[in-house]
Amino acid sequence: MKRLAVVLAIFSCFRLFASDNRELEKRVMALSRQLRCLVCQNETLADSQAELAADLREQIREQMKAGRNDKEIVAFLTDRYGDFVLYRPPLKPRTYVLWFGPFLLLGGGLFALYRSLKRLGS
Amino acid sequence: MRFAIPFVIFLLLVVFLAAGLLYDPHEVPSPLINKPAPAFQLAQLHEPGKTFSPQEMRGQVWLLNTWASWCVSCLEEHLVLADLARSGDVPIYGLNYKDKRENALALLRELGNPYVLSVLDTDGRVGIDYGVYGVPETYLIDKNGLIRFKQIGPVTREILDKTILPMVTELNQ
Repeated sequence: MKRLAVVLAIFSCFRLFASDNRELEKRVMALSRQLRCLVCQNETLADSQAELAADLREQIREQMKAGRNDKEIVAFLTDRYGDFVLYRPPLKPRTYVLWFGPFLLLGGGLFALYRSLKRLGS
Repeated sequence: MRFAIPFVIFLLLVVFLAAGLLYDPHEVPSPLINKPAPAFQLAQLHEPGKTFSPQEMRGQVWLLNTWASWCVSCLEEHLVLADLARSGDVPIYGLNYKDKRENALALLRELGNPYVLSVLDTDGRVGIDYGVYGVPETYLIDKNGLIRFKQIGPVTREILDKTILPMVTELNQ
């Protein structure tokens, strides 16, 4: 009975450890999927086989273990590699054209269409 | 007059496309320009008992060059660095990135050593702090320890003459 208890205790330790790791790995992968590998630029950090990508995943893992949140880790990476590592570009004055340009073009096109249709009608 | 607006739009499009063609996506602009060079303290390649840290370089303009014995384009750069070292215009320090010490030493024995000294970044952590993503990369660091220029890829004679050396002269004044 005692032996069984010991075995169970050890087992539950393992299970706890394993699920802990799985949670961590999930977080590492979720964040890595939003980040660009600088070596193979069309791949995410999660997909890339490049050595640097593995190193950066390791960095992310360590920082998560140390209790840092995703935002802090992303800041760590953009401080070193710039916004280029982000697949989703941040909204700031430099990227206004990128974010709003398409809507401006669409608006302009619709306006031109409206005007030429009106001219045709009259 | 009727075609003025479409023509302007067309010209704008041409400008954007031309800019897109001329821009090399493999050169990621470093956010570290005009920021302090990240601190480190690493063992030296030739004398592993001794360390080197960028703080020791305060008051000097210098180059930090990341290199590795496995890096092919570093070989082509090596000749340019050797010339630069002979000229004595600016001291070159090496960051030996993710390399084996024996291999690094063997390469310098064979091709000559342009570096005042090199340090060992075996696990590439300092490289990450410097935003290294493809060796070779070279940083020009000023007297106050700020990174003033980063060359991604091999330093060529042209980059040296047109960009790096004029900046060195200016920063030394």
